[in-house]
Amino acid sequence: MIAQYEPKPDVMARREQILAGLRLLLPPTGVIGEALRLKPYETDGLAAYRQPPLAVALPETTEQVAAVMAFCHAEGVRVVPRGAGTSLSGGALPMADSVVLGLMRMNNILDINYADRFAVVQAGVTNIGITQAVAERNFFYAPDPSSQLACMIGGNVMMNSGGAHCLRYGVTANNLLGLKIVTVQGEIIEIGGAHCDAAGYDWLGLLTGSEGQLALVTEVTVRILRSPEGQRAMLAAFDGIEVAGRCVDAIISSGIIPVALEFMDRPCIHACEAFAHAGYPMDAEAMLIIEVEGSVAEQDDLLGRIKEICRKFDPISLKVSESVEESLAIWKGRKGAFGAVGRISPDYLCMDGTIPTSQLAFVLRRIAEMSAACGLAVANVFHAGDGNLHPLIMFDANDAASFHAAETFGADILRLCVEVGGCLTGEHGVGVEKRDLMGVQFTEIELDQQRRVKSAFDPDWLLNPSKVFPLKLPAMADLPA
Amino acid sequence: MQTLFSPEQLRDPDTASSNQVLRTCVHCGFCTATCPTFLLLGDELDSPRGRIYLIKDMLESGRPATEEVVRHVDRCLSCLSCMTTCPSGVNYMHLVDHARTYIQATYRRPWHERLLRDALKRVLPHPRRLRVALLGASVARPLGALLPKRGIFFQRLRAMLALAPARVAPASCVERPQVHAAIGTRRGRVALLAGCAQQVLAPQINQATIRLLTRMGIEVVVAKGAGCCGALTHHMGLHDPAMASARANIAAWTAEIDGAGLDAIVINTSGCGTTVKDYGFMFRTEAEKPQAETISALACDISEYLVRLGYAATRPKPGLTVAYHAACSLQHGQKVTTEPKSLLVAAGFTVAVPKESHICCGSAGTYNLMQPEIAGQLRARKLAHLEAVSPDVIAAGNIGCITQLSGGIPVVHTIELLDWMAGGPEPMGMPVGVPGGMPACVGARG
Repeated sequence: MIAQYEPKPDVMARREQILAGLRLLLPPTGVIGEALRLKPYETDGLAAYRQPPLAVALPETTEQVAAVMAFCHAEGVRVVPRGAGTSLSGGALPMADSVVLGLMRMNNILDINYADRFAVVQAGVTNIGITQAVAERNFFYAPDPSSQLACMIGGNVMMNSGGAHCLRYGVTANNLLGLKIVTVQGEIIEIGGAHCDAAGYDWLGLLTGSEGQLALVTEVTVRILRSPEGQRAMLAAFDGIEVAGRCVDAIISSGIIPVALEFMDRPCIHACEAFAHAGYPMDAEAMLIIEVEGSVAEQDDLLGRIKEICRKFDPISLKVSESVEESLAIWKGRKGAFGAVGRISPDYLCMDGTIPTSQLAFVLRRIAEMSAACGLAVANVFHAGDGNLHPLIMFDANDAASFHAAETFGADILRLCVEVGGCLTGEHGVGVEKRDLMGVQFTEIELDQQRRVKSAFDPDWLLNPSKVFPLKLPAMADLPA
Repeated sequence: MQTLFSPEQLRDPDTASSNQVLRTCVHCGFCTATCPTFLLLGDELDSPRGRIYLIKDMLESGRPATEEVVRHVDRCLSCLSCMTTCPSGVNYMHLVDHARTYIQATYRRPWHERLLRDALKRVLPHPRRLRVALLGASVARPLGALLPKRGIFFQRLRAMLALAPARVAPASCVERPQVHAAIGTRRGRVALLAGCAQQVLAPQINQATIRLLTRMGIEVVVAKGAGCCGALTHHMGLHDPAMASARANIAAWTAEIDGAGLDAIVINTSGCGTTVKDYGFMFRTEAEKPQAETISALACDISEYLVRLGYAATRPKPGLTVAYHAACSLQHGQKVTTEPKSLLVAAGFTVAVPKESHICCGSAGTYNLMQPEIAGQLRARKLAHLEAVSPDVIAAGNIGCITQLSGGIPVVHTIELLDWMAGGPEPMGMPVGVPGGMPACVGARG
């Protein structure tokens, strides 16, 4: 089990009082306190780490969130925010003395403005829910994490989520206009708004990707974009992972930026094909999904140039999608890839390191070598265009030794990413999973500065504790122990 | 996902099967997004992933089921939307079926629930008893308004009265064991699951099915000894009565297979179809396993069979818009999604698909009787989406949905429309003044 801060004994002792206090603030179904019903909240998309919370609170309005937050702050109770619970870094892992504050009941679209191209939605609206709400007018919300069907926009903001199409459209931070937040003291604050760049400090930039450690998000104003005239996906199959990696580098360094450039290796191709029936090349060692958009002439031109580059790397096949249905199936397979790996392995750890694309071939080879050395299989499926790797380390959670080997292997991969000039996380966040590797990426002084920012918002370190920072950092004179 | 079963627990075939299901789940959470109860209630505990977790804990601990677990498992519609969404291929159906049997064996429900469930078990699968009950209900229907509004017992009673038809159709005779001969050259021979509740609630569905099939040159057998498929009791966790119903069907159809032979077992109630297609699994440790597997392989929805035969309309296009309501048991349980729509198009209708077509209407077997509040919310949500496409008529492939959605825009079974356009009578309750200069209907109605 993952190490966490010690639960506060006084909070644990006041469990019943705290539950009673929460029940005064929320409707009867909004507070969960029985051990049996708390258990399903003990984990998120990273099911290897588990810890039932003290209580779960399910508010329905920003005011209720503020009331719960003010109460917890006054009582010195730690709070773990939760959206759909799809985090792959354990971002919603509770602590034994914490209240899980679930925002999934706040799932309303509040305003859509096509003229000024923005939408205001509550934190519990799913990522795809925004696009679905504006699709009939040919608009969309660009960031599309693979879990977009289920993951919620509040969590996207807190983890600065990306997705296949962020190669062209940027990550959450680039598509965000404003936030309504609740501070740890329970105050409601609005930052940014339906306009470009506000005056003063860039609070949006600071809060995006803050992993629920600075404040809670209850409403989000996002940029919506006009859908492209058309788009087409192409599958390029290769007989080796390194050669596919070199092809990615060649496409990107030629100056072409497709809307999406995704990589899948053989195990993933097979698992996803079983789920999506997309016509993936089953004989390939690696496959690229390359999507372009624009008018038919633009698509043809770009696809032609991309094919020309691909041909230099002796592809097994190059196939352009012939229909909307085929493109949908191609993306269904890609977006369900992590889950689909459940068909070939009972458990996996999903890494999220990001590297320069010029290092792709080298890093993929090293990962294969490390996999052979430790005896754990790896499936690779990732956003190749921006070098955001997602090696899925397959293990058996019913075997403790297998799990520990997977953890060690994962840490080695992330160290390798930092060594070649990359970073620990592209879009999943540090969470609890990569916390102890932060020292690999940052110096002590850098970490101290980050801790001061955290303390400025949350002096008592109540929000989403035991995450992002290694548990044992040297004490700082101006920070609480 | 990690599981904590002892080797001894895993010797039980049901536990071993559930362990396999749980090991396939990677806890990604995709299923939450398409679960009707999560959508309405916004609580992990009312999502598939939350239920999987509750069931896992219940089965691992070996403890009797508790009120908390039962509450959340009972709220599951078994719509199986989660199975369509799941990238890992988790068989939630088998897991929740096991949980329901486990709950039935280890948990004592309050008296009024036991009374109600017992009554449903004794009445619904038996056409004669159901007819008597419905006649009684149609008389008592106006009294529903006098029942107290509070309390789950009275809510359920009100729901039952509201769902009972105002007029009970006369008993149908096509469901008696018999052979309906093919018209013209015989192209095939099928058994029709004549079912139980459907033949009382809407006898026109079997009538239309038999008319259309025989007209297309298919001999239709209603096998002696076949009856309720067992789904109803199966979903209530009543293992033995469900297996007894299934066993009777297996025996009856096996006799037909061994006799004059069967090309298919045609089912026009998709809720039943899902169960019959699962007989192979239900009998995996029983002596009848090979026969059950044969029957599951032969079972098909009427729409699948008609596509195979090559359906064609004979009447001119009626100029009507049909909203196709996808029954969950058909789209999620059996993964039959395109056939009914392509058949309706072939019949000459304009087919409109409402938003959120993957979400359940709240019918879900006896769910609308047991969970009237959630079922009512889902019904309203579904009707709003259906009305938004301004249809002349709604078509569905499952009697449960048809009953649940009735009251406003006419709701008919897909087969009634297909039969009509291929020469059968106009379905009952169609909008007055059907446009398109229809030729006079041939033959008696219904």
